[in-house]
Amino acid sequence: MVGALWIASVCGKERQRERQRFDKALTLRNMSIWVELLRSSIGKKYIMAITGFLLFIFVIGHLLGNLQVFLGPEAINGYAEKLRSMPLLLWGARIGLLVVAALHIWMAASLTIENRRARPEPYQLKTPIQATYSARTIRISGVIILAFVIYHLLHFTFLVIEPDYATWTDSAGRPHVYKMMVAGFSNVWISGFYLLAMLLLCLHLSHGLMSMFQSVGLRNPVWARFLEQLARTIAALIFLGYASIPVAVLSNLIE
Amino acid sequence: MDLKLKVWRQKNPESPGGLVDYDATGVNPDMSFLEMLDVVNEGLIEKGEDPIAFDHDCREGICGSCSLTINGIPHGPQKAIATCQLHMRHFENGQTVVIEPFRARPFPVMKDLIVDRGRFDQIIEAGGYISARTGSAPEANSIPIPKQTTDRAMDAAECIGCGACVAACPNASAMLFVGAKVTHLNSMPQGRPERDRRVLKMVASMEEAGFGNCTNTFECVAACPKEIKGEVMAQMYRDYVKALFRQAIRPE
Amino acid sequence: MSLNAKIPSGRLAEKWSNHIKDIKLVNPNNKRKYRIIVVGTGLAGASAAATLSELGYQVECFCYQDSPRRAHSIAAQGGINAAKNYQNDGDSVYRLFYDTIKGGDFRSREANVYRLAEISTNIIDHCVAQGIPFAREYGGYLANRSFGGAQVSRTFYARGQTGQQLLLGAYSALCKQIEGGGVTMRPRTEMLDLVVIDGHAKGIVVRDLVSGKITSHVADAVVLATGGYSNVYDLSTNARGCNVTAAYRAYKKGAYFANPCFTQIHPTCIPISGDYQSKLTLMSESLRNDGRIWVPKKKGDDRPPNEIPEEERDYYLERKYPSYGNLAPRDIASRSAKEVCDQGHGVGPGGFGVYLDFKDAIQRLGRQVIKERYGNLFEMYRNITGENAYEVPMRIYPATHYTMGGLWVDYNLMSNLPGLFVIGEANFSDHGANRLGASALMQGLADGYFILPYTIGDYLATQRQPRPSSDHSAFKEAEKNVSEQTKCFLSIQGERTVQSFHRELGTIVWNLAGMARNEAGLKEALTKIPELRNEFWRNVKVPGDDDTINQQLEKAGRVADFLEFAELLCYDALTREESCGGHFREEHQDDNGEAIRDDATFSHVSAWEFQGNDAKPTLHQEPLEYTEVKMATRSYK
Repeated sequence: MVGALWIASVCGKERQRERQRFDKALTLRNMSIWVELLRSSIGKKYIMAITGFLLFIFVIGHLLGNLQVFLGPEAINGYAEKLRSMPLLLWGARIGLLVVAALHIWMAASLTIENRRARPEPYQLKTPIQATYSARTIRISGVIILAFVIYHLLHFTFLVIEPDYATWTDSAGRPHVYKMMVAGFSNVWISGFYLLAMLLLCLHLSHGLMSMFQSVGLRNPVWARFLEQLARTIAALIFLGYASIPVAVLSNLIE
Repeated sequence: MDLKLKVWRQKNPESPGGLVDYDATGVNPDMSFLEMLDVVNEGLIEKGEDPIAFDHDCREGICGSCSLTINGIPHGPQKAIATCQLHMRHFENGQTVVIEPFRARPFPVMKDLIVDRGRFDQIIEAGGYISARTGSAPEANSIPIPKQTTDRAMDAAECIGCGACVAACPNASAMLFVGAKVTHLNSMPQGRPERDRRVLKMVASMEEAGFGNCTNTFECVAACPKEIKGEVMAQMYRDYVKALFRQAIRPE
Repeated sequence: MSLNAKIPSGRLAEKWSNHIKDIKLVNPNNKRKYRIIVVGTGLAGASAAATLSELGYQVECFCYQDSPRRAHSIAAQGGINAAKNYQNDGDSVYRLFYDTIKGGDFRSREANVYRLAEISTNIIDHCVAQGIPFAREYGGYLANRSFGGAQVSRTFYARGQTGQQLLLGAYSALCKQIEGGGVTMRPRTEMLDLVVIDGHAKGIVVRDLVSGKITSHVADAVVLATGGYSNVYDLSTNARGCNVTAAYRAYKKGAYFANPCFTQIHPTCIPISGDYQSKLTLMSESLRNDGRIWVPKKKGDDRPPNEIPEEERDYYLERKYPSYGNLAPRDIASRSAKEVCDQGHGVGPGGFGVYLDFKDAIQRLGRQVIKERYGNLFEMYRNITGENAYEVPMRIYPATHYTMGGLWVDYNLMSNLPGLFVIGEANFSDHGANRLGASALMQGLADGYFILPYTIGDYLATQRQPRPSSDHSAFKEAEKNVSEQTKCFLSIQGERTVQSFHRELGTIVWNLAGMARNEAGLKEALTKIPELRNEFWRNVKVPGDDDTINQQLEKAGRVADFLEFAELLCYDALTREESCGGHFREEHQDDNGEAIRDDATFSHVSAWEFQGNDAKPTLHQEPLEYTEVKMATRSYK
């Protein structure tokens, strides 16, 4: 009896020791869910995926807004005015987008730094086996898109590049967005950069959209191929949508 | 046939390495790639030079020892085989063949083409097991397990731990290796009780080892000699976040 | 001299349970004071190390590979036997026991085999609990397949990777213990000597294969789980690194080596394609169910097989064994192949191969059926040979793949040296003269999980020898010897590579002590091997240094031991003047080529004691007594 109790206490101690080891492994790293999400490799993947998804939603929304240019000055100028009339929503969305984009970029940068560190001695010869072009260029396409976004904001939102735009108003006294677009895209260089950026966005999305599902654990072999094709199709549609505007301007379909 | 080899030679982990040219002459197309290296080595020994060091053991594609990057592809150009199962008939006379070790910070080169993959063992030590004390098991048929579950677990369990996934990954990530073990054990009913601590501890160990992050390029899947599917990584991501949430709500 | 196997008294079926009752236990508090060395991390070694650590012992575990998971148990394909009777086909512990004894041609120890059959069911329970994904039926229960040498379906399997899955199970248990601190794992470390103090095994001397450092490791007991010695033939289905060194050096320190001549040759391997060959690959024997084996009637006929007309083919198995035909047992099929090749009928490079032809089966069943049955094997064959076996016949040839002999152990798996335990393929006890398919995995795990952990406690609880320090003169001396040997290899700087000696040794042993042996051949081998050994020590060339990774130096040590061990193998084969199981003496066969056993004279285990480098070993006999089974002659007519 005494022996049994004693054995139990030994086993108990062993369990306790093991428990402590596990606790140490985890609590040392402070297993707060938020810290882990921002710090851990998989947490970062989730943040990349979720922020990427939100940015994708913005890309869609922005595209739908822009396409109103085809409905004439009245529609798009009215749309712009309507957005301005809701400053809370507008600024909320802007700040939200800023935070989302910042997170996306921060995670990307931190993942990239870690990834560089993971292979200090590069291969003398490395042959990609099947990785798509879009997957291999996801970082560089991201960086160029960022550069474009900054230019784009300076151009159309903050009107730094063309301060004159601020004075352009239509007959109803609204900012003449239509005129700005036509004027902006009439410049071949601007249109060219825009088209290039949209092409890269398409490339970025065709990997990113599929990737998003994998990162949150929603990709499986049954619909993997479908997902890939869906991602490519959506990316291509987005490109066509955005590209249609400068093409229309340059070919004088919109004046 | 004759080949021109460019082989990575490195004396030890500290010294720098580089590619050295060798001629492999009179290669028989029926040779395996490692047999071709054996023959080159016999020639080097006879000339009094240090033979090329490389890991190998079973030579039938199951032990996971062999670890060569051949012309930039781990385990060479053929799909779904380990280096030891690659045969010379897949090369052309006069071809240049670049042979490098698997490269990643957690896989330091020890000599020539030999790398230290001990980090993989440490990841398994962190949680790649089901705690079942010898003698404690119930009757084997007391828990029926659906065939699909076992088949899925077996798909993941086929991993031979060679590290080709890490070597092929542009980021030197070990997600496929860890995902395979997590999927194997977490999908079996026996593995359920420990599933959260398993995935948390294994991922923590993987990160601590310095493997890179996954950018979903699936190069790992393409290089895997056992064709482990990318699905195992998706399951690991899911299990990891679920475990984080459960840990946050009800800490273990 | 007769050996005492310490078999417990009582009825066969009760021996083990009675023995467990009587066994001395080590107090849990004392367990952690004992240190146990386990060498090898295959099924037996990994399972033993994990279980001993679970019990509370301090375990130090060694393997030469870079990770314990790479031990060659991983390559076992077929499955693992267990007397579960899940198929309701009349299986029982007794039947598994009887099949194993009969399969071993009545040269195994009855009590050990019975215990193995009893424990087989616990192994499956435990492996399932570890999460091993055994094949299952749609209802969720475990599936079985049939295997050679049995009329019941009792083999559990995980696709064609049963060995791998079982090893990963044992490895994962080992990993848990490493993390818990109970096991200190030392990969890339090779045991090079056993240290015996006052008659007890007290530790080992190892070489770190990375730094070249030679160190001593002290323990209260040493467990060898170092596998078999098939690589004495150079070409075998074993991994390139498999070796006899640990077992052989223990033998040189006084452990008896039992039945070294019992080696198993597998009939369906992919043949040698050239002298660069490093390894033979085994293909499942099931191929013989549908394939027909033949050679050209004309010697040296080098026409492509499909151009050789039917009447010029010799279907020699069907001719010689009309009732069993192509399904004749392993040893008979292997021997017949060698016979026809020796007569000059062999096909393929070097003439070492026979055809295994599926043309008739494809005509009868259709290509699709054959593909379903053997698709993966045809694919493997194509990968290695580049030939399409649907179009041209496969070429096959026998190869060594398991060795039944090993260090002698008693019922407790302890060798004649107290404190030295030997488990798995490295010991000799359970398979007699021939091993049945799917039994090797069973034995390795039975030893490691369920037998050794009990019996080692009995030794530790009763032995009173203090654990020496590693400064003890015996350790220092062993270290010195090992280090001198290493330096010696490097200093010879002769003309020939280590591999060339290994290849030559392999050819001698394969030709003269392979599938069929005779007195003249064995005597020839016994003169050739020492000559080759002398040349080795004069003329071997080992490049490099001893303070870094030096694979040639590692191999030199292993080949040096094979060069001595091969002589022991041949000597044992010469002494055993009978044919049984894998040991076929041409002098002892009947008119039909069937083996003739000599139960009156040779119903014993031959355990050899080392007597010095140039002296003949001494023979110790352990008589084999069968209380429950009647010895019978195997017949396949």
